[in-house]
Amino acid sequence: MRLTDLGIAAARTGLARRDFSARELALAHIAAIEALNPRLNAFITATPEQALAAADAADAARRRGESESLSGIPLAIKDIFCTRGVRTTAGSRILGPFVPPYESTVTRNLLRDGAIFLGKTNLDEFAMGSSTTSSAYGSTQNPWKRKQNPEARLVPGGSSGGSAAAVAARLAMGATGTDTGGSIRQPASFCGITGMKPTYGRCSRWGVVAFASSLDHPGPFGRSVEDCAILLRSMAGHDPRDSTSVDRPVPDYEAACRRNIKGLRIGVPREYCVSGMAAEIGEMWRAGEEWLREQGAEVVEISLPHTKYGLPTYYIIAPAEASSNLARYDGIRYGLRVDGEDLIDLYERTRGEGFGAEVKRRILIGTYVLSAGYYDAYYLKAQKVRALIFKDFSDAFQNVDAILAPTAPSAAFAEGEKTEDPVMMYLNDVFTVPADLAGVPALSVPAGLDADGLPLGLQVIGPPFGEEVVFTVGAALERAAGFTSLPALRAGEVLR
Amino acid sequence: MPLDPATVRRIARLARLRLEEAELERLEGELGSILAWVEQLDEVDVSEVAPMTGAVAMALKMREDVVSDGGDAEIVLGNAPERIGDFYAVPKVVE
Repeated sequence: MRLTDLGIAAARTGLARRDFSARELALAHIAAIEALNPRLNAFITATPEQALAAADAADAARRRGESESLSGIPLAIKDIFCTRGVRTTAGSRILGPFVPPYESTVTRNLLRDGAIFLGKTNLDEFAMGSSTTSSAYGSTQNPWKRKQNPEARLVPGGSSGGSAAAVAARLAMGATGTDTGGSIRQPASFCGITGMKPTYGRCSRWGVVAFASSLDHPGPFGRSVEDCAILLRSMAGHDPRDSTSVDRPVPDYEAACRRNIKGLRIGVPREYCVSGMAAEIGEMWRAGEEWLREQGAEVVEISLPHTKYGLPTYYIIAPAEASSNLARYDGIRYGLRVDGEDLIDLYERTRGEGFGAEVKRRILIGTYVLSAGYYDAYYLKAQKVRALIFKDFSDAFQNVDAILAPTAPSAAFAEGEKTEDPVMMYLNDVFTVPADLAGVPALSVPAGLDADGLPLGLQVIGPPFGEEVVFTVGAALERAAGFTSLPALRAGEVLR
Repeated sequence: MPLDPATVRRIARLARLRLEEAELERLEGELGSILAWVEQLDEVDVSEVAPMTGAVAMALKMREDVVSDGGDAEIVLGNAPERIGDFYAVPKVVE
């Protein structure tokens, strides 16, 4: 077996048994990045020298008998987590020259536990998108190919598309992402891997470039549910530097993956049956219900009546928060500066040249809905509908332990297929946005292939701080699905 | 319905965004269609609903009011596009 094919759990065992060293593991992934990244553009910045130095330190520590839960495990970091001394762009031209002098809490936690960072992965600019095509550093390619038309360049989903593509193509063993409207789960589904968005506040947002503060959720990607559980346990935890970080003990999520689902009640929301959804997705959803029943769960229909209002609510609240958060990019203290005739002109030119089209659209929408005379009609109204969406979930979790739904309404699409109308692109997040608005944990696990041979994910949603039940049900789906298909582009395969 | 050009110019000004003429024209249509789409929220009766401002209901924690960091101008100015001594440099604001 190639070292790049190992999961985190297996690699930990191999490292402990000295079957291979952290240096060998890092070298295998660095070689994979060198071979495939020119094609995939999953990484904006690769850091092979830092990775090797960290791997050597992990090997030396192990020789001294010291090792942590992630010692020597090579990971990719979404380029929205500030990493000390390593450029952090958020996929934007405006942060092109930015080198953070500090480390985000989530990446600091991973480093504390011995993880090795291979580099920073591509994303939609400021995480605003569902395709990783709006990055100022070029689009990322999905490593999967259509059976019928292998020439088509498919998107990896987004916004964490670089992380998802890197893990799927075996350029990294796991990765970090952020999910504001689906940006972990939708790319996980498009790339045939697992992605977990924990409860809001579980993972600190400190040092994560802000998009929409009440919706931004850091979380992990892995090639198994267990690997996501291992990563989340390291990433999560209270952080005094984020006032919305939650002070609760972090449970053993790995143990949750091994529990059985006997007697659990699983809800299937009837409102998630939308028109225009691919037939295979409906079939896979029914199969998922059957897999859970066979393992002893009870599946019941539930109602989340405000589901259809999730997207319009999101597309008021997220741009409103974004327009406030992105006001800090003024060309004065860090990032790009474009000189102007006076200070106002400098601001306007810097922001006009520094931001891409989608970011400008959202800043303008956000500015509009917060402006005098429109605040109540748009922003306040959306906050009230958000309360109703949260109540839908609260009511549902009175009767069920977890919810089963598809992750996305389609498999990966090709670049340019959905870009003409912004609203068409927004519809991609129809099944993922509600869990962000409600702040509840949700995971996407690969469950099957569509007629084109592209992966499809199923989503498990849990109650607030119900990560354990989400992992338990996710692992049960994973066992039953037996998903072993591989992307066309992956480490060790000859390039065609 | 497209947003009128004066409104797009006004919010671009509020947002401190310089837009080219071609961008302005495209945005009139795009912003108009996004706003028309979100107006479906008007179907929802929210008369008895309190607005939700955060995802998790929790009391903010207090922390000790102590100096925990800072005092390093070189680190703070390390990313400055332009500096003069220990200060950020900007175009002249006051004549």
